[in-house]
Amino acid sequence: MSDALDESVGDAPVDDQLTMGIDPWERNWMKLTIALLVGFFAAVTVAGFAAGFQLPGAEARVDPRTVAIEGPWANPGVTDLGNGNFEAYVLAQVWSFSPREITLPVGAEIDIYITSSDLQHGLKITDTNVNIMVVPGQVSKVSYTFDEVGEFPYICHEYCGSGHAAMFGTVTVVSEADYAALADGGGDAETEGTDESAAEEGDA
Amino acid sequence: MTITERTTSTAGSRRYELTQWERRFIGGHVLIAIIALGIGSLIGPLQALEYSNVDLYQYLEPILQSYYQGLTLHGVLNALVWTTFFIVGFTTFTTIVGLRRPLSHPKINLAGFITMIVGLLMAAVPMLLDQATVLYTFYPPLEASWAFYTGLTLVVVGSWIEGLGFYLTLRAWRQENRGVRSPFIALGGVINAAMWQIATLGIAVEMLTMLIPWSLGLTDGTDPSLARTYFWFTGHPLVYFWLLPAYVSWYGMLPKQAGGKLFSDSLARLAFWMFLIVSVPVGFHHQFVDPGVPQIWKWIHAALTYSVFFPSMITAFTVIASLEYAARQRGGRGLIGWVRALPWTDPSVTAQLLAGILFMFGGIGGLTNASYNINLVIHNTAWVPGHFHLTVATAVTLSFIGITYWMVPHLTGRQLWGRRIALIQAWSWFVGMVIFSNAMHMLGLLGAPRRTPLGEAPYVPDEWNGHLLRVSIGGTILLFSVILYLVVMYKTVRGPKVAAEDVPEVPIAESLRHPQLTPVWLDRFKPWLIAAAVLLVLAYGPPLVDQLINLDYNAPGTDFVPW
Repeated sequence: MSDALDESVGDAPVDDQLTMGIDPWERNWMKLTIALLVGFFAAVTVAGFAAGFQLPGAEARVDPRTVAIEGPWANPGVTDLGNGNFEAYVLAQVWSFSPREITLPVGAEIDIYITSSDLQHGLKITDTNVNIMVVPGQVSKVSYTFDEVGEFPYICHEYCGSGHAAMFGTVTVVSEADYAALADGGGDAETEGTDESAAEEGDA
Repeated sequence: MTITERTTSTAGSRRYELTQWERRFIGGHVLIAIIALGIGSLIGPLQALEYSNVDLYQYLEPILQSYYQGLTLHGVLNALVWTTFFIVGFTTFTTIVGLRRPLSHPKINLAGFITMIVGLLMAAVPMLLDQATVLYTFYPPLEASWAFYTGLTLVVVGSWIEGLGFYLTLRAWRQENRGVRSPFIALGGVINAAMWQIATLGIAVEMLTMLIPWSLGLTDGTDPSLARTYFWFTGHPLVYFWLLPAYVSWYGMLPKQAGGKLFSDSLARLAFWMFLIVSVPVGFHHQFVDPGVPQIWKWIHAALTYSVFFPSMITAFTVIASLEYAARQRGGRGLIGWVRALPWTDPSVTAQLLAGILFMFGGIGGLTNASYNINLVIHNTAWVPGHFHLTVATAVTLSFIGITYWMVPHLTGRQLWGRRIALIQAWSWFVGMVIFSNAMHMLGLLGAPRRTPLGEAPYVPDEWNGHLLRVSIGGTILLFSVILYLVVMYKTVRGPKVAAEDVPEVPIAESLRHPQLTPVWLDRFKPWLIAAAVLLVLAYGPPLVDQLINLDYNAPGTDFVPW
């Protein structure tokens, strides 16, 4: 076999099969590629597991048939846990989020638990790294600290039928003083959200 | 068998003449593909124009009920029908002309083709009747007509049957040519078919165990999280199923068209085998922000996705080196200046070169998407369709268009009509896509959701308007380009028959090194298939078993049609 090979292909030595005849430039290109990939992957790994830029994981399962009737999503809304910590239960349904408005003081650390009672939805809070799928039967959990005053729309980013483009809500982050004033004025941020969504459900 | 014979045949002295049946059979695939591309691409600009509040859907109401029905047709026809039918037809072509022998079991291939057509018709009816407005990802519990799911399943099954035909033909050739390396363009196509058969197991299980029984009313609900896992088991390798036939052309044909040779036969084969192994166990990178998947598996799939970047980087080097070799043969000079010496007057070459240029940006964006937590910035935003319009809609589609510029004349015994118009078509696709895709990427970074008629969305800030307008401008240029393409194809097949020597030849690039110097292990299926199976079990076994143990078809969806 090797004799025939030598005859037919002339110059090329058979032992060069071991190197596959890879050009030195290409060999270096492959090494560079590996170095780049290892470097990038190390960077995202450190950012994810050490610096806190982490993806959501598997949280819990719920029954989508009853989630809107019983349990924490039957009364979705925001709870002030004190010390700047907040907890929100958000229910996504065609084609709205409950609550639709969330008001927080600047610096608030919030854990959001969100699920769907019907179709798949999504949640992205504009200008933040909060981005998660909302899947019937699964609890999605995201945590975020709002360090700036402003309005942050949260948008449904998964197609869920004809009203999909209108499905959004708003996180309003206000100064500590404004937040305290809101609370004193009786328009408590947490109940406000709940009432509104409850009223809407009544309308529907 | 002697090596000498093989050497002569590589030199191209012995050409395989396709029979009339083979021409019609391959041509049938390509015709259906081009019709799908035509219809799908005429719908695409309706979406792009909606972004700047030009809603043409209101005038189309008897035909198209909504933006979402249009988007479903655009996605299914362009991403699934155009690609699959073209790929199966092109692979039939490269198998036959690459091996210089007829199909060993043409009836198997014919049965596969008929199955694909039946499936396509079955899926088309509910889509056109607005009974399957579920987009091409058909995430449950959005519920389409049973005919949609069954039809798509039959298209996939038909492609499996044709894949079996390719494999049997390659096996027959090997028995006739023992010890000889398989011709690259044929081997590449068969590797792609094998990868596709492994990858589509996910979607097949999803259809047969969940969606079809549910849509027939045999079960009450679905497990949407498990459905996503099944879908993306197939959904990402689908990308490589589209891409590898373009790579067959870039490695094995384009160098010949440019006047050169394939720079490295060994690495071309290695790249294809690597795609067979690592294309499939990467699906969780589409589910980085899914609630039902543990972080560790997302991280493992991120690493595996990075490894797919390696054969693509090999491809970048080998293809560019092959083109540089060709350009220097043609008198090209300079570090970069050789690029000008490539045959830019050939629309087939130009289309594929422009496709390759945009693919570099698509590749960089793809690496971004795969980068674990960086995905949080862009997941499900307009960035994603911006990305895949560079990959499937340009790297793949514009390459396939380039291939048809010689293949359709070759199959029909004609010459390409309107060479200059075809050149304008390729350039306008390139320009339109640069504008469209760049604007979509920008919108995504600003947080605009994908699959959403942003023209009517209430939350769109003024900041997005300039980009939304550029999406519409890019889409309009692309509409112009696709009309030119359809005209060129129509005029070509309606043109006069020409003498055999005036019909474009099949460009098959020789390797710079003799293929017989390529190691035997790069010509054997068994080790690579075993490696693919092992990696698949390791990467998908534990998380899939976990999801199956917790299986609960408890999501019935809505009790009204939600679109």
